[in-house]
Amino acid sequence: MVEEKKSMQEEIFSLVNKWKNKEGNLIMILHELQNYYGYVPRPAALELSRVLHTPLARIYEVITFYNFFKLEPPGKHTISLCLGTACYLKGAAVLLNEIKGLLNIEEGQTTKDGLFQLDVVRCLGCCGLAPVIKIDDKIYGKVQKNQVMGILSEYGNHKKEE
Amino acid sequence: MDTKIVFIKDTNTKLDTTRDFYAHFLNLLRENALEDKVQVVRIADIGIYDQGLVVKFPDENIIYANVQDKDLKDIIAQTIKEGKVIKELLFKAQPKQLRIVLRNCGEIDPENIDEYIAQDGYQALAKVVSDYKPEQVIEELKKSGLRGRGGAGFPTWLKWKLTRETPEAQKYVICNADEGDPGAYMDRGVLEGDPHSVIEGLILAGYAIGASKGYFYVRAEYPLAVERVEKALKQAYDYGFLGKNILGSNFSFDIDIRLGAGAFVCGEETALIASIEGRRGTPRPRPPYPSVKGLWDKPTAINNVETLANIGPIILKGGSWYASIGTEKSKGTKVFALTGKVKNSGLVEVPMGITLREIVFDIGGGMLSDKGIKAIQTGGPSGGVIPKEYLDTPVDYENLQKLGSIMGSGGMIVMDEDDCMVDIAKFYLGFCVDESCGKCVPCRIGGYQMLSLLNKITESQGKIEDLDKLKRIALAMQKASLCALGQTAANPVVSTIKYFEEEYRDHIVNKKCRSHKCKHLLNYNVIQDKCKRCRVCVINCPVNAISGDKEAGFFVDPKTCIRCGKCFEVCKFNAIAKE
Repeated sequence: MVEEKKSMQEEIFSLVNKWKNKEGNLIMILHELQNYYGYVPRPAALELSRVLHTPLARIYEVITFYNFFKLEPPGKHTISLCLGTACYLKGAAVLLNEIKGLLNIEEGQTTKDGLFQLDVVRCLGCCGLAPVIKIDDKIYGKVQKNQVMGILSEYGNHKKEE
Repeated sequence: MDTKIVFIKDTNTKLDTTRDFYAHFLNLLRENALEDKVQVVRIADIGIYDQGLVVKFPDENIIYANVQDKDLKDIIAQTIKEGKVIKELLFKAQPKQLRIVLRNCGEIDPENIDEYIAQDGYQALAKVVSDYKPEQVIEELKKSGLRGRGGAGFPTWLKWKLTRETPEAQKYVICNADEGDPGAYMDRGVLEGDPHSVIEGLILAGYAIGASKGYFYVRAEYPLAVERVEKALKQAYDYGFLGKNILGSNFSFDIDIRLGAGAFVCGEETALIASIEGRRGTPRPRPPYPSVKGLWDKPTAINNVETLANIGPIILKGGSWYASIGTEKSKGTKVFALTGKVKNSGLVEVPMGITLREIVFDIGGGMLSDKGIKAIQTGGPSGGVIPKEYLDTPVDYENLQKLGSIMGSGGMIVMDEDDCMVDIAKFYLGFCVDESCGKCVPCRIGGYQMLSLLNKITESQGKIEDLDKLKRIALAMQKASLCALGQTAANPVVSTIKYFEEEYRDHIVNKKCRSHKCKHLLNYNVIQDKCKRCRVCVINCPVNAISGDKEAGFFVDPKTCIRCGKCFEVCKFNAIAKE
């Protein structure tokens, strides 16, 4: 336990170092943390508060304001379903319900087996392909409802709890 | 030989020589003894403009443009007598698009600075640092009439001038690349396709304003754009376009990247500044404007990606060249992200003043399905809908505003008869409620209250007085909100009520959604004539709302039905009706 703590301290230190002397660095440091851990763990935020001499509340007010920062560990695969206007018009809401039904989770949640996390995003910037689902870094365009199951199954077998 | 009909028209706007040409034509026909065989018609509008004398054979659909008197002999000898087409004279349809901002997108390798330089890249910078005073750059921009492409359309030269004139040693320029509108991706296209054009624009802005430091504020959701900008910046440093004493001059300039973190409100200037400073992105009252007190309280000019991509060409080709494109008050071109129910969706760049119809039907290739066009939404969540009656409106800042929408950053979403206007209004308002930073009351509470009214209406609980309530709250939000997000959040609702009040009334009074979008207002029924009694719907209904037997037929019980639409999907005989 002690050793783990020490290593996180070191990790944070190296992540912060690059930005330490730049003005307005908090958001960029949080980006670095999230890139490294996949989310912003509370111990990391505490450590950051110590390193930057910034109150924890200041750090949390920023984390919670921006949609991009996460406080929970992400699933193994992140499904980003686009609900931008173009996707919405072309039936993204139907896809959302389909995924929710298949995985038995709500938006923002992770499946019990930790395989999938479902995020709803506002625009992935490829409206020409609407409706769009992004899984990790792969974009699936012009998705039809009956293709969803096939796409998800590419990422391993999710066991639906009964 | 039957009588041939020929249309003629001089399409030059200034001098109309149709009469002389007509006389000349008739004379020549007489010489060839064809005057009874050919009927020449002077027509008021031939659908082609600025192409000189146009001669059209409507039966064969042959169109000749820029015809000179001397060409007439050939036309008579070849086309009229022998039916041959003279290729040299044929009218070539001008492409409707004009690419200035997107000039290099898809043409060059965005990760290779040499390819950008080969397309006159960084020439404007070289010209400016050696020959231009900063004031001259601003003067050139004033001539060009370029207005901010981020949405509001504030004259770029004025913004630069105000920032330049504020007495302060340290100044900043920021490129706003936090493109947050759902359904718009112009900035992404430019940053990923031609990052150097934006960097050059930002350096030029820094030179004109007297800033030594610039920031790229890029959306973190665009990782490729971030990567390309990072690479491009490094190359620009290596080539000496950035850093100390750029190209041997006294001008030094640095650029840093800052990532956004998914907050729509950070497109607002003061919120964006707060975010770069590492704080929550909440706006503050203006004045003081950023041109006086911006980043770290220093004078700051914030420009949109598309605006900056225009600067290089304006400097190289001159402000008056740019001003020759577009309408009286809106100069140049605009990039639109054309999406929705249109055949060819994608980025299009068109000169200002083009009509919506040309964009949707000529460039976009028309509607995706045979459902008619209903409306076009521009300006994203801050904009409004424009019904099909106004399709022939020339697109510029003023016209769109008059129609109750805005130019916005350039989202253009085409909607057909399947799209419910109340649902669309609800969608956009929901977005703004989600993205409201919560600092000021009109936006935080007004948006929420309007959204619950819209929810009521789409869930068949609406009352007719709700319409007035919506309008009143909208007015309060427009007048009293702190920043543009709140001031414009109600626009989609206001404009849909303005043009489609009938549809709202239908939802409220008749409890009907004519586009079948609002599921609480739908009823599913079995069409008995089409039903083959296969029971597929009965088996698939998750709440057992369909009952009956083979003799009597099947029926949906509206009280049990949850309007999930499963029966409608599974029926192979189209025997389920949505009403």
